[in-house]
Amino acid sequence: MTQTAVAPPRQRSPRTPRRRDMVGLRRARWGWAFTAPFAVFLVAFLLVPLVYAFVLSLQNTTLAGGTSWVGLANYVKAFTDPLFLDGVWRVLLFAVIMIPAQMLVALIAALLIDALTTRFAKISRLLIFVPYAVPVVIGALMWGFLYSPSFGPAQELFGLVGLQAPNFFSDSNVFGSLVNIVTWQWAGYYMIIIYAALQGVDPSIYEAARVDGANAWQIALRIKIPMVASSLLLVLVFALIGTLQFFNEPQMLRGMASGSITSNYTPNIYAYTVAFSYHQFNYASAIAFALGLVIFIGSYVFMFATRKRSGLMK
Amino acid sequence: MTTGLLKAAEPAADTRSIRTGRPVRTRREAPAGRRTGRQVIPHIVLAAFIVYFALPFWWLIVASTKSQQSLFDGKTSPLWFSGSFDLFSNLSSLFSYSGGLYAHWLGNSFLYAIAGGLGATVLSVLAGYGFSMYGFRGRRLFFAIVLGSVMVPATVLVIHMFVIMSTVHLTNTVWAVILPSMLNPFAVYLMKVYTDEAIPSEMVDAARVDGAGEVRIFARVALPLMRPAVVTVLLLSIVGTWNNFFLPLVMFSNPQLFPVTVGLGALQAQAQVNTGGQSLWNLVITGALISIIPLIVSFLTLQRYWQGGLAIGSVK
Repeated sequence: MTQTAVAPPRQRSPRTPRRRDMVGLRRARWGWAFTAPFAVFLVAFLLVPLVYAFVLSLQNTTLAGGTSWVGLANYVKAFTDPLFLDGVWRVLLFAVIMIPAQMLVALIAALLIDALTTRFAKISRLLIFVPYAVPVVIGALMWGFLYSPSFGPAQELFGLVGLQAPNFFSDSNVFGSLVNIVTWQWAGYYMIIIYAALQGVDPSIYEAARVDGANAWQIALRIKIPMVASSLLLVLVFALIGTLQFFNEPQMLRGMASGSITSNYTPNIYAYTVAFSYHQFNYASAIAFALGLVIFIGSYVFMFATRKRSGLMK
Repeated sequence: MTTGLLKAAEPAADTRSIRTGRPVRTRREAPAGRRTGRQVIPHIVLAAFIVYFALPFWWLIVASTKSQQSLFDGKTSPLWFSGSFDLFSNLSSLFSYSGGLYAHWLGNSFLYAIAGGLGATVLSVLAGYGFSMYGFRGRRLFFAIVLGSVMVPATVLVIHMFVIMSTVHLTNTVWAVILPSMLNPFAVYLMKVYTDEAIPSEMVDAARVDGAGEVRIFARVALPLMRPAVVTVLLLSIVGTWNNFFLPLVMFSNPQLFPVTVGLGALQAQAQVNTGGQSLWNLVITGALISIIPLIVSFLTLQRYWQGGLAIGSVK
């Protein structure tokens, strides 16, 4: 973050320190005045629910005994609950497979539309991005139709090459079906981020490499990708935070893939089920909070480890 | 880089990056003769991408012209039109379903998106400007909280916001969705970064020397310079609220208040269990098609703004 804005303004004429204090104090008041409305919302809709969640997670409520403090018992329960750990394990698996898939598609598309200067490339950029404009829920709904054996085109498309269409909703295939939906939905967004970074690179570097005899492949691999490394890291952080919070797509497919997507498929679905189907808000808070802690520590460590390149935490 | 990228995203506006002053590449500058020959394979790869990304849309358009019966009878390909064109009868049964419930959902989505988006924009423009222009005690901690809050999982907030909202009797009112939607920390981050780049502190100091008050400086000097980012943030906030599913899902039990995302989700769940009686699949399909049109149109017509916005967040 640039610090120029906070530095005290250069004084045209020498002033007494006392007067400068007054100016600083007035400035500080204006700073709070401008940020106060946002601060009110931040407290009301972020900090209060967060603190409340934490308090709830330390309590237990029973019909007979009322509310009592139980310390970290709910957390101990969560981290020994096979249903919760199963979900955590699954989103980690999703992270390992889904994030590289999205980034690879986004990177290839960005490099292509950056290198090609035709009208076709420009149209591709728009079309690849359009899924981002579709609500996640509607995207999952559309793919649910495409996967459907009764009115999807899968049988026809696989028939073209003489294959039998797989059951996209089976226990073993639903994982890949979800990876595909998420890649379709988000790759275009990540492509635009990477493409914007590519457009910011000085083209004379490519010219120099070309003069030195580098071909298009070498320029892409050795120059372009390292030059946009910071935006790739940003994409990675976005994708990581999104994947660990995986909820909407599996929740939408649950109706169609009856049985394959369980009520503990991801930690978020599990927390939602525990809260609203079992009405165990205390335990749901502990699950949600434990997940939040994992995400927060994970992304913070990640950004700290890569802070020199990403510039996010400058 | 920020301002330069904002500009770079506007095709014909200015071909020079403001900060570096070097030319930003445009289509026209491509060396002549590179278009032919060697670029066949990249174009084939791009074409494959287009087929993949456009396939669901094509299926949806085709399916929305089919009657309930021809969706299932297997006589026509799922990827091509059947003999009869039933889009209009699908539309009329969609809008007459359950006393015009779908039109309610669309109207709700517009209401929540515009109210939430406008509110989020006002709050984040003020806050971004405040963070950028004034040094004050607690600023660093405050801004660190803003950055960190992007990582808080939605479930933690939404489940407990539900409990809080229900104790103040706001669940099943429009406020339960509009008020939380006005909190957009990422927009504050974007506005702060943009303000850092776009508004020279010398200019603000000069205005102060001329005797302008802080409010006047913000309204007359800073706001006009921040306009491109304001439009971007407005657009992104509106889209974010329109797409929101989890918050309204938790807050509303009254179908009259559903936005179109939650409504279609409920309709799909109903179609799933409805084996006999009235079948709803053609309504779900046509409803999905109608619901994505407003956003796609706005994205295509306002592309320079969202591209600029995504760029601000990325390169900084």
